[in-house]
Amino acid sequence: MCEGGFNQSYDMLDINKIREDFPILGDTVYNRPLVYLDNAATTQKPRQVVECISQCYYHRNANVHRGVHYLSQEATEAHEQARESVRSFINARSTSEIVFTRGTTESINLVASSFGETLKEGDEVIVSQMEHHSDIVPWQLLASRRGIRLKVWKFDADGVLHVDDLKALLSDRVRLVAVAQASNTLGTVNPIKEIATVVHGAGALLLVDGAQSVPHFPVDVRDLDCDFLAFSGHKIYGPTGIGVLYGKEQVLERMPPYQGGGEMIDHVTFEKTTFNVLPYKFEAGTPDFIGSAALKAALDYVSALGIENVAAYESQLVDYMIGCLAEIPQIRIFGPRQRIGVASFLVGEIHPYDLGTILDHLGIAVRTGHHCAQPTMDAFKVDGMVRASVAVYNTKEEIDTLIESIMRAMRMFH
Amino acid sequence: MTINEAQDNIIADFEGLDDWLDKYQLIIDRGMAQKIDPQYKTPQHLIEGCQSKVWIHADYADGKVTYQAESNTEIAGGIAAMLVEILSGHTPREIMDADLYFIDRIGLKEHLSPTRSNGMLAMMKQMKLYAIAFNSVN
Repeated sequence: MCEGGFNQSYDMLDINKIREDFPILGDTVYNRPLVYLDNAATTQKPRQVVECISQCYYHRNANVHRGVHYLSQEATEAHEQARESVRSFINARSTSEIVFTRGTTESINLVASSFGETLKEGDEVIVSQMEHHSDIVPWQLLASRRGIRLKVWKFDADGVLHVDDLKALLSDRVRLVAVAQASNTLGTVNPIKEIATVVHGAGALLLVDGAQSVPHFPVDVRDLDCDFLAFSGHKIYGPTGIGVLYGKEQVLERMPPYQGGGEMIDHVTFEKTTFNVLPYKFEAGTPDFIGSAALKAALDYVSALGIENVAAYESQLVDYMIGCLAEIPQIRIFGPRQRIGVASFLVGEIHPYDLGTILDHLGIAVRTGHHCAQPTMDAFKVDGMVRASVAVYNTKEEIDTLIESIMRAMRMFH
Repeated sequence: MTINEAQDNIIADFEGLDDWLDKYQLIIDRGMAQKIDPQYKTPQHLIEGCQSKVWIHADYADGKVTYQAESNTEIAGGIAAMLVEILSGHTPREIMDADLYFIDRIGLKEHLSPTRSNGMLAMMKQMKLYAIAFNSVN
């Protein structure tokens, strides 16, 4: 529809074949074909993931880690294989460094609570201005609990963070810097490797929110040298309720347990309890062993496509989307030209809620509002934005439908 | 015109519109025309939904209530406009007893869902609260 660099002959992935794995993509809403562009909130699930969940419940359901019986050992093996899949996917050194959580939010809360215990009054934590509330509020809670100071690393008018600005904020009081690898609103990709060098040079740790990066391009924690990486299963075609905290082994070893209960103990008496080894020290209670197995199915799915291929295809799709959006009169696109995954925008004076409602009735699922990043909204002096976000199953034709639908909606507000 | 006659008029406007977009066009047009006296566009008159804001004011004279409303979104504004049209010019008792069935009948029930968070429920509640307050003055 619009001019743009979309390589029609891109053949590393057969997108139509991929779409067949996602039954929901064949559905209609309001009698129109569903165009699902809310992938930054959650992705759809391929059959392989859903079938894994039902097979686990039908044939492999038993509590892990403590049963001597066959089923329990099968379930335990699947759970630990899932941990190995995660390790391999992000290239961690050891499965001891892979903690299963409920999602990115819990992963960050785990670090804020546990690592936070080691902080003293007057210590400082730096968060970037583009963080999701999940990477702001846990640190605010910690700040009020421990009397530490929270500092904000601001982005520029294009929504780009500059490492020089971080350097100016660093001091010997800074214990941790928390930053997203990719912004959920602006699509900005931050130079984590460079940031890690600077943060470590100041003697602090680096926590990376990988919720919007791990699903979209290869993330190698050893190469990045981050101390923590948090991400969610449901944003990478996996089930809801399972997520990951990666932490460097020597860092996790020094941290106290997060929650107490089963699994995380070594020996319990009323006088003294000793704790299990990593990663179990941080996994109190029965883990979501069905969720972990299904997460493995999701990561296997992505790996079979090739995360590099996913990245290359999505990059074209986002480029095309930004190029097409930019041709719409009176549009404001927020964030840098070079980005991944998302396009957040406003059109003229149309309120994002109004535009989102009309797009919904045209079959298009987009997000409207503050995207759990109110400080980002404040920086651009807006209450909300409309956000379209892609996954590997989206097509050029769907982007064309989005653009046509925005134009159609615009005609309704005159 | 009674409250129900006013509702029926609005329902008639929407009848025959099969396409959602035509229904929304009607709502948006009403929303764009719906204004409140700027002196009432204050925090005291604001009902804040998750994504939209609606300002409501009511006057009471000669036993009848007259509403004004405006929203920063045209869809919430259009719904507010319909409520203003239906409820204005009636006694507090009539408003308190009103059964606002038009929303369901014009196919906008989804906007009554609390998860929609557009402030529509709060808007209706606020309009009825004005009526209750005026009624107690009587």
